[in-house]
Amino acid sequence: MKSWQCVVCGFIYDEAKGLPEDGIAAGTRWQEIPADWSCPDCGVAKADFEMAEVVAA
Amino acid sequence: MKPIVIVGSGLAGYTVARELRKLDAATALVVVSRDEASFYSKPMLSNALGAGRSAAQIANATAAQMAEQLNARVLASTEVQAIDTDGHVVHAAGEAIGYAKLVLALGADPISLPMAGDAAGEVLQVNDLAGYARFRAAIEGKRRVALLGAGLIGCEFANDLAAAGYGVEVIDPAPRPLGRLLPEVAAERVRTALESLGVRWHFGTTASAVARAPSGLRVTLANGQAIEADVVLSAIGLRPRTELTRRAGLEVARGILTDRHLQTSAADVYALGDCAEVEGHVLPFVMPIMHAARALAKTLAGTPTAVTYPAMPVVVKTPAMPAVVCPPPAGPGTWRVVSDDAGVEALYEDEAGRISGFALVGAACARKNALAKAMPPVIG
Repeated sequence: MKSWQCVVCGFIYDEAKGLPEDGIAAGTRWQEIPADWSCPDCGVAKADFEMAEVVAA
Repeated sequence: MKPIVIVGSGLAGYTVARELRKLDAATALVVVSRDEASFYSKPMLSNALGAGRSAAQIANATAAQMAEQLNARVLASTEVQAIDTDGHVVHAAGEAIGYAKLVLALGADPISLPMAGDAAGEVLQVNDLAGYARFRAAIEGKRRVALLGAGLIGCEFANDLAAAGYGVEVIDPAPRPLGRLLPEVAAERVRTALESLGVRWHFGTTASAVARAPSGLRVTLANGQAIEADVVLSAIGLRPRTELTRRAGLEVARGILTDRHLQTSAADVYALGDCAEVEGHVLPFVMPIMHAARALAKTLAGTPTAVTYPAMPVVVKTPAMPAVVCPPPAGPGTWRVVSDDAGVEALYEDEAGRISGFALVGAACARKNALAKAMPPVIG
Protein backbone atom coordinates (compact mmCIF):
# COMPACT_ATOMS: atom_id res chain seq x y z
CA MET A 1 0.00 0.00 0.00
CA LYS A 2 1.25 3.47 -0.91
CA SER A 3 0.48 7.05 -0.03
CA TRP A 4 0.16 9.96 -2.43
CA GLN A 5 0.62 13.59 -1.53
CA CYS A 6 -0.99 16.64 -3.14
CA VAL A 7 1.80 18.91 -4.37
CA VAL A 8 -0.19 22.02 -3.56
CA CYS A 9 -1.77 21.59 -0.13
CA GLY A 10 -0.01 18.57 1.35
CA PHE A 11 -3.14 16.40 1.60
CA ILE A 12 -2.16 12.72 1.74
CA TYR A 13 -4.17 9.94 0.17
CA ASP A 14 -3.34 6.71 1.97
CA GLU A 15 -4.42 3.65 -0.04
CA ALA A 16 -4.75 1.57 3.14
CA LYS A 17 -7.30 3.99 4.62
CA GLY A 18 -9.08 5.11 1.44
CA LEU A 19 -11.56 7.96 1.79
CA PRO A 20 -14.73 6.24 3.00
CA GLU A 21 -16.55 9.59 3.48
CA ASP A 22 -15.86 10.27 -0.23
CA GLY A 23 -17.06 6.84 -1.35
CA ILE A 24 -13.54 5.46 -1.80
CA ALA A 25 -13.21 2.24 0.18
CA ALA A 26 -10.17 1.41 2.33
CA GLY A 27 -7.59 -0.42 0.26
CA THR A 28 -8.47 1.36 -3.01
CA ARG A 29 -5.33 1.64 -5.14
CA TRP A 30 -4.37 5.01 -6.53
CA GLN A 31 -4.75 3.77 -10.12
CA GLU A 32 -8.34 2.66 -9.40
CA ILE A 33 -9.40 6.20 -8.49
CA PRO A 34 -11.11 7.96 -11.43
CA ALA A 35 -8.98 10.39 -13.44
CA ASP A 36 -11.44 13.23 -12.77
CA TRP A 37 -11.06 12.88 -9.01
CA SER A 38 -9.43 15.85 -7.31
CA CYS A 39 -7.86 16.67 -3.96
CA PRO A 40 -10.66 17.00 -1.38
CA ASP A 41 -8.81 19.84 0.40
CA CYS A 42 -7.74 22.09 -2.47
CA GLY A 43 -9.10 20.71 -5.75
CA VAL A 44 -5.79 19.86 -7.44
CA ALA A 45 -6.32 17.31 -10.23
CA LYS A 46 -5.35 13.68 -9.71
CA ALA A 47 -2.69 14.02 -12.41
CA ASP A 48 -0.95 16.70 -10.36
CA PHE A 49 -0.54 14.61 -7.21
CA GLU A 50 2.81 13.00 -6.55
CA MET A 51 3.77 9.82 -4.75
CA ALA A 52 4.76 10.74 -1.22
CA GLU A 53 5.96 7.54 0.37
CA VAL A 54 5.73 3.80 0.16
CA VAL A 55 4.21 2.13 3.19
CA ALA A 56 4.92 -1.53 3.78
CA ALA A 57 1.86 -3.64 2.94
CA MET B 1 -0.59 34.49 -34.31
CA LYS B 2 -0.13 36.39 -31.06
CA PRO B 3 0.43 34.36 -27.87
CA ILE B 4 -1.73 33.92 -24.81
CA VAL B 5 0.00 35.97 -22.12
CA ILE B 6 -0.36 35.16 -18.42
CA VAL B 7 0.81 37.75 -15.91
CA GLY B 8 1.69 36.03 -12.63
CA SER B 9 3.35 32.73 -11.82
CA GLY B 10 1.57 31.87 -8.58
CA LEU B 11 -0.88 28.99 -8.29
CA ALA B 12 -3.44 30.85 -10.39
CA GLY B 13 -1.12 31.70 -13.28
CA TYR B 14 0.62 28.36 -13.48
CA THR B 15 -2.57 26.34 -12.98
CA VAL B 16 -4.24 28.10 -15.92
CA ALA B 17 -1.13 27.36 -17.99
CA ARG B 18 -1.13 23.69 -17.00
CA GLU B 19 -4.85 23.25 -17.61
CA LEU B 20 -4.55 25.01 -20.96
CA ARG B 21 -1.75 22.68 -22.03
CA LYS B 22 -3.99 19.69 -21.28
CA LEU B 23 -6.37 21.05 -23.93
CA ASP B 24 -4.07 22.89 -26.32
CA ALA B 25 -0.42 21.93 -26.72
CA ALA B 26 0.36 24.32 -29.55
CA THR B 27 -0.78 27.92 -28.99
CA ALA B 28 2.16 30.14 -28.04
CA LEU B 29 2.16 30.88 -24.32
CA VAL B 30 4.07 33.52 -22.36
CA VAL B 31 4.17 33.72 -18.56
CA VAL B 32 5.42 37.02 -17.13
CA SER B 33 6.34 37.06 -13.45
CA ARG B 34 7.86 39.68 -11.21
CA ASP B 35 9.40 37.01 -8.96
CA GLU B 36 11.72 34.13 -9.81
CA ALA B 37 8.78 32.18 -11.26
CA SER B 38 9.40 28.88 -9.56
CA PHE B 39 6.31 26.75 -9.00
CA TYR B 40 5.69 26.23 -5.30
CA SER B 41 3.01 25.24 -2.88
CA LYS B 42 1.69 28.41 -1.30
CA PRO B 43 -0.44 26.73 1.41
CA MET B 44 2.71 25.09 2.74
CA LEU B 45 4.33 28.42 3.59
CA SER B 46 2.46 28.56 6.87
CA ASN B 47 3.13 24.98 7.92
CA ALA B 48 6.49 24.08 6.42
CA LEU B 49 8.60 24.65 9.53
CA GLY B 50 7.14 21.69 11.41
CA ALA B 51 7.39 19.59 8.27
CA GLY B 52 11.10 20.46 8.14
CA ARG B 53 10.89 22.03 4.69
CA SER B 54 13.07 24.94 3.60
CA ALA B 55 12.03 27.47 0.99
CA ALA B 56 14.01 25.51 -1.60
CA GLN B 57 12.17 22.31 -0.66
CA ILE B 58 8.76 23.95 -1.08
CA ALA B 59 9.57 24.84 -4.67
CA ASN B 60 8.58 22.00 -6.98
CA ALA B 61 10.07 23.37 -10.20
CA THR B 62 12.24 26.26 -11.37
CA ALA B 63 11.22 28.78 -14.01
CA ALA B 64 13.29 26.90 -16.59
CA GLN B 65 11.63 23.59 -15.70
CA MET B 66 8.20 25.19 -15.89
CA ALA B 67 9.02 26.71 -19.29
CA GLU B 68 9.91 23.27 -20.58
CA GLN B 69 6.94 21.51 -18.94
CA LEU B 70 4.49 24.08 -20.29
CA ASN B 71 6.15 24.66 -23.64
CA ALA B 72 6.02 28.34 -22.73
CA ARG B 73 8.24 31.37 -22.60
CA VAL B 74 8.64 32.21 -18.90
CA LEU B 75 9.90 35.73 -18.16
CA ALA B 76 11.05 35.74 -14.52
CA SER B 77 11.89 38.88 -12.51
CA THR B 78 9.94 40.90 -15.06
CA GLU B 79 7.51 43.54 -13.86
CA VAL B 80 4.63 44.49 -16.14
CA GLN B 81 4.52 48.28 -16.32
CA ALA B 82 1.43 48.83 -18.41
CA ILE B 83 -1.36 47.13 -20.30
CA ASP B 84 -2.69 48.60 -23.52
CA THR B 85 -6.04 46.90 -23.90
CA ASP B 86 -6.87 48.63 -27.19
CA GLY B 87 -3.59 47.57 -28.80
CA HIS B 88 -3.58 44.15 -27.05
CA VAL B 89 -0.06 44.78 -25.77
CA VAL B 90 1.62 44.33 -22.41
CA HIS B 91 4.70 46.47 -21.65
CA ALA B 92 7.24 44.70 -19.50
CA ALA B 93 10.93 45.44 -18.96
CA GLY B 94 11.32 47.40 -22.16
CA GLU B 95 9.53 44.82 -24.28
CA ALA B 96 6.13 45.18 -25.90
CA ILE B 97 4.45 41.79 -25.82
CA GLY B 98 1.41 41.49 -28.02
CA TYR B 99 -1.35 39.17 -26.83
CA ALA B 100 -4.31 37.43 -28.37
CA LYS B 101 -5.69 36.81 -24.88
CA LEU B 102 -4.37 38.15 -21.58
CA VAL B 103 -4.77 36.45 -18.19
CA LEU B 104 -4.20 38.49 -15.05
CA ALA B 105 -3.17 36.34 -12.11
CA LEU B 106 -1.57 39.16 -10.16
CA GLY B 107 -2.26 37.91 -6.65
CA ALA B 108 -2.72 40.05 -3.57
CA ASP B 109 -0.55 42.18 -1.33
CA PRO B 110 -0.38 41.56 2.38
CA ILE B 111 -2.01 44.42 4.27
CA SER B 112 0.44 46.29 6.45
CA LEU B 113 -0.67 48.62 9.19
CA PRO B 114 1.18 51.87 9.76
CA MET B 115 3.34 51.55 12.84
CA ALA B 116 5.67 53.79 14.80
CA GLY B 117 9.13 52.87 16.05
CA ASP B 118 12.63 52.60 14.61
CA ALA B 119 12.14 48.92 13.71
CA ALA B 120 8.71 49.23 12.06
CA GLY B 121 10.44 48.46 8.75
CA GLU B 122 11.62 45.11 10.07
CA VAL B 123 8.14 43.64 10.34
CA LEU B 124 8.10 40.62 8.01
CA GLN B 125 5.34 39.28 5.82
CA VAL B 126 5.13 35.90 4.16
CA ASN B 127 3.05 35.95 1.00
CA ASP B 128 5.40 34.26 -1.43
CA LEU B 129 8.38 31.97 -1.51
CA ALA B 130 10.94 34.79 -1.28
CA GLY B 131 9.15 36.19 1.77
CA TYR B 132 9.23 32.74 3.33
CA ALA B 133 12.96 32.41 2.70
CA ARG B 134 13.53 35.80 4.39
CA PHE B 135 11.38 34.76 7.34
CA ARG B 136 13.23 31.45 7.78
CA ALA B 137 16.57 33.25 7.70
CA ALA B 138 15.32 35.76 10.28
CA ILE B 139 14.13 33.16 12.81
CA GLU B 140 17.22 30.96 12.43
CA GLY B 141 18.79 30.63 15.87
CA LYS B 142 16.11 32.87 17.41
CA ARG B 143 13.50 31.99 20.04
CA ARG B 144 10.67 34.52 20.10
CA VAL B 145 8.20 35.53 17.39
CA ALA B 146 5.47 38.15 17.71
CA LEU B 147 2.64 37.54 15.26
CA LEU B 148 0.26 40.27 14.16
CA GLY B 149 -3.06 38.68 13.28
CA ALA B 150 -4.96 35.67 14.61
CA GLY B 151 -6.77 34.80 11.41
CA LEU B 152 -6.26 31.71 9.29
CA ILE B 153 -2.64 32.38 8.30
CA GLY B 154 -1.74 33.81 11.72
CA CYS B 155 -3.09 30.72 13.51
CA GLU B 156 -1.29 28.35 11.12
CA PHE B 157 2.00 30.16 11.70
CA ALA B 158 1.37 30.23 15.48
CA ASN B 159 0.84 26.47 15.50
CA ASP B 160 3.82 25.79 13.25
CA LEU B 161 6.21 28.02 15.22
CA ALA B 162 5.06 26.94 18.69
CA ALA B 163 5.30 23.25 17.75
CA ALA B 164 8.87 23.89 16.57
CA GLY B 165 9.77 25.32 19.97
CA TYR B 166 9.41 29.06 19.38
CA GLY B 167 7.86 31.37 21.94
CA VAL B 168 4.87 32.85 20.11
CA GLU B 169 2.84 35.92 21.07
CA VAL B 170 -0.17 36.73 18.90
CA ILE B 171 -1.80 40.16 18.75
CA ASP B 172 -5.28 40.71 17.29
CA PRO B 173 -8.04 43.26 17.84
CA ALA B 174 -10.68 40.49 17.87
CA PRO B 175 -11.64 38.75 21.12
CA ARG B 176 -10.51 35.32 19.90
CA PRO B 177 -8.66 33.59 17.03
CA LEU B 178 -10.35 32.97 13.68
CA GLY B 179 -13.00 35.41 14.84
CA ARG B 180 -14.31 36.12 11.36
CA LEU B 181 -14.50 32.46 10.38
CA LEU B 182 -15.62 30.41 13.36
CA PRO B 183 -18.44 30.73 15.86
CA GLU B 184 -17.29 31.40 19.42
CA VAL B 185 -17.38 27.85 20.81
CA ALA B 186 -15.31 26.54 17.89
CA ALA B 187 -12.82 29.40 18.05
CA GLU B 188 -12.32 28.84 21.77
CA ARG B 189 -11.20 25.27 21.06
CA VAL B 190 -8.51 26.55 18.73
CA ARG B 191 -7.51 29.18 21.29
CA THR B 192 -7.05 26.70 24.15
CA ALA B 193 -5.31 24.10 21.97
CA LEU B 194 -2.74 26.63 20.75
CA GLU B 195 -2.41 27.95 24.30
CA SER B 196 -1.45 24.51 25.53
CA LEU B 197 1.28 24.51 22.86
CA GLY B 198 2.62 27.65 24.54
CA VAL B 199 1.07 30.36 22.34
CA ARG B 200 0.29 33.56 24.25
CA TRP B 201 -2.59 35.71 23.03
CA HIS B 202 -3.09 39.47 23.21
CA PHE B 203 -6.67 40.02 22.10
CA GLY B 204 -8.62 43.24 21.88
CA THR B 205 -5.56 45.28 21.00
CA THR B 206 -3.18 46.10 18.17
CA ALA B 207 0.55 46.69 17.81
CA SER B 208 1.27 50.42 17.67
CA ALA B 209 5.08 50.46 17.54
CA VAL B 210 8.06 48.20 16.92
CA ALA B 211 11.39 49.46 18.22
CA ARG B 212 14.88 48.10 18.70
CA ALA B 213 15.55 46.85 22.19
CA PRO B 214 18.76 45.61 23.87
CA SER B 215 17.81 42.01 23.17
CA GLY B 216 15.82 42.09 19.96
CA LEU B 217 12.64 44.02 19.24
CA ARG B 218 10.09 45.61 21.49
CA VAL B 219 6.46 45.61 20.30
CA THR B 220 4.30 48.21 22.02
CA LEU B 221 0.59 47.44 22.10
CA ALA B 222 -2.27 49.91 22.01
CA ASN B 223 -3.36 48.66 25.44
CA GLY B 224 -0.08 49.86 26.96
CA GLN B 225 1.58 46.46 27.27
CA ALA B 226 4.84 45.59 25.54
CA ILE B 227 6.23 42.34 24.14
CA GLU B 228 9.85 41.41 23.56
CA ALA B 229 10.48 39.42 20.40
CA ASP B 230 13.29 38.55 18.01
CA VAL B 231 11.11 38.63 14.91
CA VAL B 232 7.76 40.26 14.16
CA LEU B 233 5.58 38.64 11.50
CA SER B 234 2.47 40.33 10.15
CA ALA B 235 -0.41 38.19 8.85
CA ILE B 236 -3.45 40.42 8.94
CA GLY B 237 -4.94 39.85 5.55
CA LEU B 238 -4.63 40.39 1.83
CA ARG B 239 -5.63 43.10 -0.61
CA PRO B 240 -6.06 42.22 -4.31
CA ARG B 241 -3.43 43.78 -6.56
CA THR B 242 -5.40 46.15 -8.75
CA GLU B 243 -3.07 49.10 -9.39
CA LEU B 244 -1.90 47.93 -12.83
CA THR B 245 -5.45 47.31 -14.02
CA ARG B 246 -6.77 50.59 -12.62
CA ARG B 247 -4.15 52.41 -14.69
CA ALA B 248 -5.16 50.35 -17.72
CA GLY B 249 -8.74 51.52 -17.26
CA LEU B 250 -10.23 48.16 -16.28
CA GLU B 251 -13.16 48.11 -13.88
CA VAL B 252 -12.04 47.45 -10.33
CA ALA B 253 -13.94 47.23 -7.05
CA ARG B 254 -12.35 45.24 -4.21
CA GLY B 255 -10.65 43.16 -6.88
CA ILE B 256 -10.47 43.19 -10.67
CA LEU B 257 -14.10 42.76 -11.70
CA THR B 258 -14.94 39.78 -13.85
CA ASP B 259 -18.05 38.08 -15.09
CA ARG B 260 -18.72 34.35 -14.83
CA HIS B 261 -16.41 33.73 -17.74
CA LEU B 262 -13.64 35.45 -15.75
CA GLN B 263 -13.61 38.16 -18.38
CA THR B 264 -12.76 41.66 -17.18
CA SER B 265 -14.29 44.86 -18.54
CA ALA B 266 -11.75 44.75 -21.39
CA ALA B 267 -12.09 42.44 -24.39
CA ASP B 268 -9.78 39.39 -24.34
CA VAL B 269 -8.56 40.19 -20.80
CA TYR B 270 -9.33 37.71 -18.02
CA ALA B 271 -8.54 37.60 -14.30
CA LEU B 272 -8.57 34.91 -11.62
CA GLY B 273 -7.14 34.10 -8.22
CA ASP B 274 -6.44 36.48 -5.35
CA CYS B 275 -6.59 39.60 -7.59
CA ALA B 276 -10.04 38.89 -9.03
CA GLU B 277 -13.55 39.70 -7.92
CA VAL B 278 -15.70 37.12 -9.65
CA GLU B 279 -19.40 38.03 -9.62
CA GLY B 280 -18.81 39.82 -6.32
CA HIS B 281 -16.66 37.12 -4.72
CA VAL B 282 -13.06 37.73 -3.66
CA LEU B 283 -11.85 34.31 -2.53
CA PRO B 284 -8.11 34.12 -1.80
CA PHE B 285 -8.01 30.33 -1.46
CA VAL B 286 -6.72 27.43 -3.51
CA MET B 287 -9.99 25.67 -4.30
CA PRO B 288 -11.57 28.61 -6.18
CA ILE B 289 -8.35 28.96 -8.18
CA MET B 290 -8.60 25.36 -9.35
CA HIS B 291 -12.21 25.77 -10.47
CA ALA B 292 -11.49 29.10 -12.14
CA ALA B 293 -8.36 27.82 -13.88
CA ARG B 294 -10.17 24.83 -15.38
CA ALA B 295 -13.02 26.94 -16.71
CA LEU B 296 -10.69 29.62 -18.05
CA ALA B 297 -8.44 27.08 -19.76
CA LYS B 298 -11.46 25.82 -21.71
CA THR B 299 -12.39 29.37 -22.66
CA LEU B 300 -8.83 30.10 -23.79
CA ALA B 301 -8.82 26.88 -25.81
CA GLY B 302 -11.89 28.03 -27.71
CA THR B 303 -14.87 26.76 -25.72
CA PRO B 304 -16.35 29.63 -23.68
CA THR B 305 -16.98 28.17 -20.22
CA ALA B 306 -18.53 29.84 -17.20
CA VAL B 307 -16.96 29.13 -13.83
CA THR B 308 -19.02 27.35 -11.21
CA TYR B 309 -18.02 27.41 -7.56
CA PRO B 310 -19.43 24.62 -5.43
CA ALA B 311 -19.33 25.05 -1.66
CA MET B 312 -15.61 25.20 -0.95
CA PRO B 313 -14.64 24.41 2.64
CA VAL B 314 -11.41 26.05 3.80
CA VAL B 315 -9.06 23.86 5.82
CA VAL B 316 -7.25 25.58 8.70
CA LYS B 317 -3.98 23.69 9.11
CA THR B 318 -3.59 23.87 12.87
CA PRO B 319 -2.63 20.30 13.82
CA ALA B 320 -3.06 21.11 17.53
CA MET B 321 -6.78 21.58 16.77
CA PRO B 322 -7.66 21.22 13.10
CA ALA B 323 -10.54 23.28 11.80
CA VAL B 324 -12.59 23.52 8.63
CA VAL B 325 -14.94 26.28 7.67
CA CYS B 326 -17.41 26.57 4.85
CA PRO B 327 -18.42 30.22 5.18
CA PRO B 328 -22.16 30.83 4.86
CA PRO B 329 -23.28 33.48 2.35
CA ALA B 330 -23.88 36.91 3.85
CA GLY B 331 -27.31 37.15 5.41
CA PRO B 332 -29.06 36.59 8.70
CA GLY B 333 -28.92 33.22 10.38
CA THR B 334 -27.77 31.37 13.47
CA TRP B 335 -25.06 28.89 14.30
CA ARG B 336 -26.36 25.58 15.66
CA VAL B 337 -23.53 24.13 17.66
CA VAL B 338 -23.01 20.55 18.83
CA SER B 339 -19.85 20.00 20.81
CA ASP B 340 -18.23 17.22 22.78
CA ASP B 341 -14.73 16.58 24.14
CA ALA B 342 -13.40 15.58 20.74
CA GLY B 343 -14.65 18.48 18.67
CA VAL B 344 -17.28 20.97 17.59
CA GLU B 345 -19.75 20.83 14.72
CA ALA B 346 -21.46 24.13 13.97
CA LEU B 347 -24.08 24.42 11.25
CA TYR B 348 -25.24 27.80 10.00
CA GLU B 349 -28.99 27.93 9.57
CA ASP B 350 -30.43 30.77 7.52
CA GLU B 351 -33.85 32.34 8.10
CA ALA B 352 -35.55 29.83 5.83
CA GLY B 353 -34.19 27.01 7.98
CA ARG B 354 -31.62 25.87 5.43
CA ILE B 355 -28.07 24.92 6.40
CA SER B 356 -25.90 27.23 4.31
CA GLY B 357 -22.48 26.93 5.94
CA PHE B 358 -20.58 25.03 8.58
CA ALA B 359 -17.57 25.08 10.85
CA LEU B 360 -15.87 21.99 12.22
CA VAL B 361 -13.16 21.67 14.83
CA GLY B 362 -11.21 18.64 16.01
CA ALA B 363 -12.62 15.17 15.31
CA ALA B 364 -15.70 16.70 13.65
CA CYS B 365 -13.47 17.69 10.67
CA ALA B 366 -14.04 14.16 9.36
CA ARG B 367 -17.55 15.29 8.38
CA LYS B 368 -16.22 17.91 5.97
CA ASN B 369 -16.82 16.15 2.66
CA ALA B 370 -20.23 14.80 3.60
CA LEU B 371 -21.43 18.24 4.73
CA ALA B 372 -19.86 20.08 1.80
CA LYS B 373 -21.95 18.05 -0.66
CA ALA B 374 -25.14 19.29 0.98
CA MET B 375 -24.21 22.98 0.88
CA PRO B 376 -25.54 25.44 -1.70
CA PRO B 377 -22.98 26.42 -4.38
CA VAL B 378 -21.19 29.77 -4.14
CA ILE B 379 -21.74 30.34 -7.88
CA GLY B 380 -24.05 27.66 -9.27
